Amino acid sequence: MTTPTAPAPVVPFDPGGAADLAAARMQMALSLGWHIVLACLGVGMPALLLYTRWRAIRTGDPDHLRLAHQWARAVGVLFAVGAVSGTILSFEMGLLWPGLMGVYGEVFGFPFMLEGFAFFLEAIFIGIYLYAWNLLPPRVHLLSGVPVLIAGVASAFFVVSANAWMNQPRGFVLENGRVTRPSPWEAMFNPATPPQTIHMILAAFMVSGFLTASVYAVGLLRGRRDRYHRLGFSVPFTLAAVVTPFQILAGDYAARFLAEYQPTKLAAMEGLHRTGSHAPLTVGGVYVDDRLRYGLEIPNGLSLLVGYSPDAVVQGLDRTPPADRPPVTPVHLCFDLMVGIGFLLLLLGLWLAVNWWLRREIPRSRLFLWLAAAAGALSAIAVEAGWVVTEVGRQPWTVYGKLRTSEAVNPAPGLWLGFVFLTVIYVILTVSTVYVLRYLVRRERGAPQERVAA
Amino acid sequence: MDPAQILLAVMWVGLTLYAVLGGADFGGGFWDLLAGRSGPGMPQRRLIEHSLGPVWEANHVWLIFVLVVLWTGFPPVFAAVMSTLYIPLTLAAVGIIARGAAYAFRKSSTQLWQQRLFGGAFALSSVLTPFFLGTVAGGIASGRVPPGLAEGDLIESWINPTSLLGGVLAVGVCAYLAAVYLCDDAVRAGLPEMAEAFRRRALAAALVVGALALGGIAVLNADAPLLFAGLTGRALPLVLAGAVLGVVSLLLLRLRRYLLVRGSAVLAVATVVWGWPMAQYPYMLPPGTPYRQAAAQPVVLTTVLVVTAVGALLLIPSIVWLLIIQHRLPYEESH
Ligand code: HDD
Ligand code: HEM
Ligand code: HEM
Repeated sequence: MTTPTAPAPVVPFDPGGAADLAAARMQMALSLGWHIVLACLGVGMPALLLYTRWRAIRTGDPDHLRLAHQWARAVGVLFAVGAVSGTILSFEMGLLWPGLMGVYGEVFGFPFMLEGFAFFLEAIFIGIYLYAWNLLPPRVHLLSGVPVLIAGVASAFFVVSANAWMNQPRGFVLENGRVTRPSPWEAMFNPATPPQTIHMILAAFMVSGFLTASVYAVGLLRGRRDRYHRLGFSVPFTLAAVVTPFQILAGDYAARFLAEYQPTKLAAMEGLHRTGSHAPLTVGGVYVDDRLRYGLEIPNGLSLLVGYSPDAVVQGLDRTPPADRPPVTPVHLCFDLMVGIGFLLLLLGLWLAVNWWLRREIPRSRLFLWLAAAAGALSAIAVEAGWVVTEVGRQPWTVYGKLRTSEAVNPAPGLWLGFVFLTVIYVILTVSTVYVLRYLVRRERGAPQERVAA
Repeated sequence: MDPAQILLAVMWVGLTLYAVLGGADFGGGFWDLLAGRSGPGMPQRRLIEHSLGPVWEANHVWLIFVLVVLWTGFPPVFAAVMSTLYIPLTLAAVGIIARGAAYAFRKSSTQLWQQRLFGGAFALSSVLTPFFLGTVAGGIASGRVPPGLAEGDLIESWINPTSLLGGVLAVGVCAYLAAVYLCDDAVRAGLPEMAEAFRRRALAAALVVGALALGGIAVLNADAPLLFAGLTGRALPLVLAGAVLGVVSLLLLRLRRYLLVRGSAVLAVATVVWGWPMAQYPYMLPPGTPYRQAAAQPVVLTTVLVVTAVGALLLIPSIVWLLIIQHRLPYEESH
């Protein structure tokens, strides 16, 4: 490989240059942002499948059975697409970030390895669950779905612990650019693992619940208030609504964790420049010239949240050398977005709870149903925003404090071409996935008695 | 054996399983492509779909297994291969997306034009993915991937005689395996004429792969002398065994002993897959990087090995159950 010595302008073939680095980052963001939605469904949907299947067996109820069939069919498609989008990610870890994997693969490859086993079990049992519906006795069939749920949650735990390691790299010593004394277990159970994995797994259940419910919320809006639609709405919505308050607590835990372990990221999330007490909490705003402008400021807010007292000192960006600061505005806005959506979804859950308590029915208010129909997309947006906070907030580091993104990237020229190419593929994939899922919904409406075959 | 050697063997078992299980899935797509126009090709496509149905997802996890073992156990090799060969690998990855998604979509769509569109994408990518993976193997085996990040030639490392041979052979092997499996599946589905059709294809594919392999000897002699020396040296017993098994499979096919061909064809492919590392041992990236130099620290290797052993205890019974179910699945049920 030839490397130009003079600082090259951003031209198509600029080995390891700015255009290729930007393309690699965008490609990673695109593929992960895509995969994460499917991954959430892969973690959460099995719970819904199992619940409806179990009710159907217990009570012989046809509506539960119909839901169980219908969701199994959707999972068949979603799982396949989730699996391929995940396979691409494993390629991309090497195609885009060989500088990360070549040095640190032996340290944090271990959770990926465990994840591989979890996938295997998931793929095997999903095959059994979907295809052996009429072959196995109902109870055995139900049980064959249990490993899918366990493996899905486990794989989320493993892969997020690998990500947590990038935030809190542990379990190795670096000598002359080579890793020595690696400890895979210590790497996997790094300090960031508990807050991140808990928050992510809860997010997966929220997304699965709210997204599934939103399909039926649309039906309810169109006046289909039969029992099938009511159940299809209330079962997943209840799951997600119950998880929401815990998710907010978990998010609070994650933020407190950052205050102690990654204060630079917290400062970027809050757009705080000056280290000191009486730190304000700012909602919205744009960060220019070391200051958040046009935001809504709550005096002492941040100090109160972090240290329960206006005198609590919060570290700002001024303690970090300018070259090591992440971009502030996107991190800050995405954080506000995630938190805002979290509280909105909490209110929505309360609305349903109060209505149920008073009238034993799903609210008839169109506003409620509209919001419920949007809740699926909103929860997915919260996940995307949360990941932008985590990943962009870690910049310019890929491995916090150890390896910069510019050192991790593949130095080969032309990466941007791959990015363009993959973007086209993802657009096609998105359109076809949405099309096929909508088609499944419509076909189901047309022929409710159709025999199952996922 | 040291832990690195054992892990290398474990990884190669994974690769072999990917070749004989995932490979047959790709081959199914190959025959799907050649099944003819929508109307007359339908029964064949149904049979292919029937035999892929419940297993294809699990079959493809073997690839992921190989990747994670490689990046955990031999990180510099992973980094060097992925960075130098990023073009064919990106193309293979795109093939994997298109294939998996289209396969799932086609099953869920009922109209002819949809099935044609998704089916076309499924079939085409089934051919392209093994081809590009084959060129990657050829690039590594012919010593065109030096250690370090993107140190090799980005184009010549996969557009060269050995890579092209690897690509074409990979497609051929996949097609052959699939045709062999489909003979047996067709008989079990009660479709004897279909079995005959796939038998003819399996014979043709076997002859083509055989001819390619013979011609390949000349290519390797000229383009990858080190590999050639290894194949005619240390790996010779495996090469010969592969040739014998190939001939045996041909005979069994002629005799319509489909279940037995299944076995002999798998063994033939396995010998080829194992012949390659045998020929270049102890180098992972020939000519200069022996596996010992690329291996992770012993703690990592032993941890990975222990976890693999425990994982296998969980996996093997589950896979067996899946395969039993696949075999018991009535033909009509899979639609
Ligand atoms: C349904 C989704 C969802 C909702 C409602 C929330 N989050 Fe979240 N958040 C995520 C989904 C998510 C996530 C996508 O799952 C992230 C990305 C990485 C991670 O571990 O979780 C995340 C990251 C994340 C981080 C960064 C963690 C790190 O980088 O180590 C913090 C500090 C919070 N969240 C805090 C909150 C707070 C205070 C919330 C209160 C309302 C909240 N989140 C609601
Ligand atoms: C927060 C991030 C992630 C979560 C929660 C997650 C979770 C999951 C889950 C549950 C699946 C099962 C497929 C499905 O149900 O749709 C899956 C598939 C997959 N994921 Fe991810 N994943 C994440 C990120 C990643 C990353 C970063 C990689 C690779 C580097 C990756 C690689 C894969 C692979 C290879 C598969 C396919 C497995 C199969 O064939 O069954 N994932 N992921
Ligand atoms: C848990 C699994 C994950 C792993 C192992 C992982 C790993 C990585 C790696 C290696 C990079 C490139 C290096 C860097 O930019 O620092 C990256 C960047 C990025 N990832 Fe993640 N990631 C994970 C989950 C996610 C998810 C689910 C999203 C969803 C949107 C995401 C969003 C991003 C973004 C936006 C970037 C680019 C950041 C930037 O360059 O500014 N990540 N990730």
